Amino acid sequence: MKLSKIFYNGLVKENPIFVQLIGMCSVLAVTTSVINGLGMGLAATVVLVGSNVVISLLRKVIPDKIRIPAFIVVIATFVTIVEMFMKAYAQELYNALGIFIPLIVVNCMILARAEAFASKNGVLASAVDGLGMGLGYSVALLILSSLREILGSGSIFDIQLFGPSFEPALIFIMPPGAFILLGILIGVFNSIRKKQASKEALAKGDVE
Amino acid sequence: MRLFTILISTIFVNNYVVARFLGICPFLGVSNKTETATGMSLAVTFVVTLSSIITYIIHHLILANLGLEYLQTIVFILVIAALVQFVEMVLKKTSPTLYNALGVYLPLITTNCVVLGVAILNIQEKYNLLETIVNAFGASVGFGLALILISAIREQFEIIDIPEALEGFPIALITAGLMSIAFLGFNGLV
Repeated sequence: MKLSKIFYNGLVKENPIFVQLIGMCSVLAVTTSVINGLGMGLAATVVLVGSNVVISLLRKVIPDKIRIPAFIVVIATFVTIVEMFMKAYAQELYNALGIFIPLIVVNCMILARAEAFASKNGVLASAVDGLGMGLGYSVALLILSSLREILGSGSIFDIQLFGPSFEPALIFIMPPGAFILLGILIGVFNSIRKKQASKEALAKGDVE
Repeated sequence: MRLFTILISTIFVNNYVVARFLGICPFLGVSNKTETATGMSLAVTFVVTLSSIITYIIHHLILANLGLEYLQTIVFILVIAALVQFVEMVLKKTSPTLYNALGVYLPLITTNCVVLGVAILNIQEKYNLLETIVNAFGASVGFGLALILISAIREQFEIIDIPEALEGFPIALITAGLMSIAFLGFNGLV
């Protein structure tokens, strides 16, 4: 498989949030503002690339029977590194994300990539796969968090967008807004994919 | 009194699923039928309470004593993974009925973020052992409550018309949102 194809696969075709529907907890919890969403996306991407590379390097050493605990240890190590970095250099973000930084360990997206891709492919391909998946995850976080921040606080990157008479719909930065918006977003994504699939099927039919 | 407050708060006001977003994967994944939802809730209650006690003891006796708090994440996830395996083996040997009821859900629990989340929050909130147990029990009861409620709602979806694009996951998320609004009504209870 070509590297560009692997990258595109993670970013769009197999997008962890909109298509595979995994790793939802952090997505719903940290998207109250764009900065938090992006911070979380970045942290998960770093962990994903790091763990994919290491697991791919070790794939011939790790015995098959204990591979899951071994993967988890590798992932947890990277999460701890990211956590320490954040605590040292981005204290505010660290406080905002709180418990969801250590919880990157149990984000099923990362274990799923280790199991499905990194344990079977070379180092370079695994790194690209991690980057693509991580960015796909970040894009989903970016979309959801900007919608929530615009609707819920009337701002983006903490810059007020509307005049003082604007009354933000608070519900969107509270938990219910997260569930409902993500549900609608996945619905929109589904219908776009279905239209594309039927178009492609139609085009193929024409050629034959 | 403080224990009672913790219990009510974790079950209703700060419900771990609909207010804190922990354990969304099983919440959406195994909530198609009430029966599986009940099995999952029981398994989670069991594992969360047990793992909270063990991680509490490990943290205070070993990690805090040696100044190794930064290893928390790695140690806790390993303890939980080992504990789940161990519980599975013990149940298989000692109680086949319980194993048949909970068995399929046990492997799924390792990656359920409620387990690790509760273990870490217990330490962060500086609970003592009794408060830890109550908090863990309340968290898992709250999880079970949300899971069983949504599964009962989702069973009704089979007989109503849902727009094609919203079928499955999206409509479940929207339902969860409405449930979360209902749970907001508990605010101010404690």
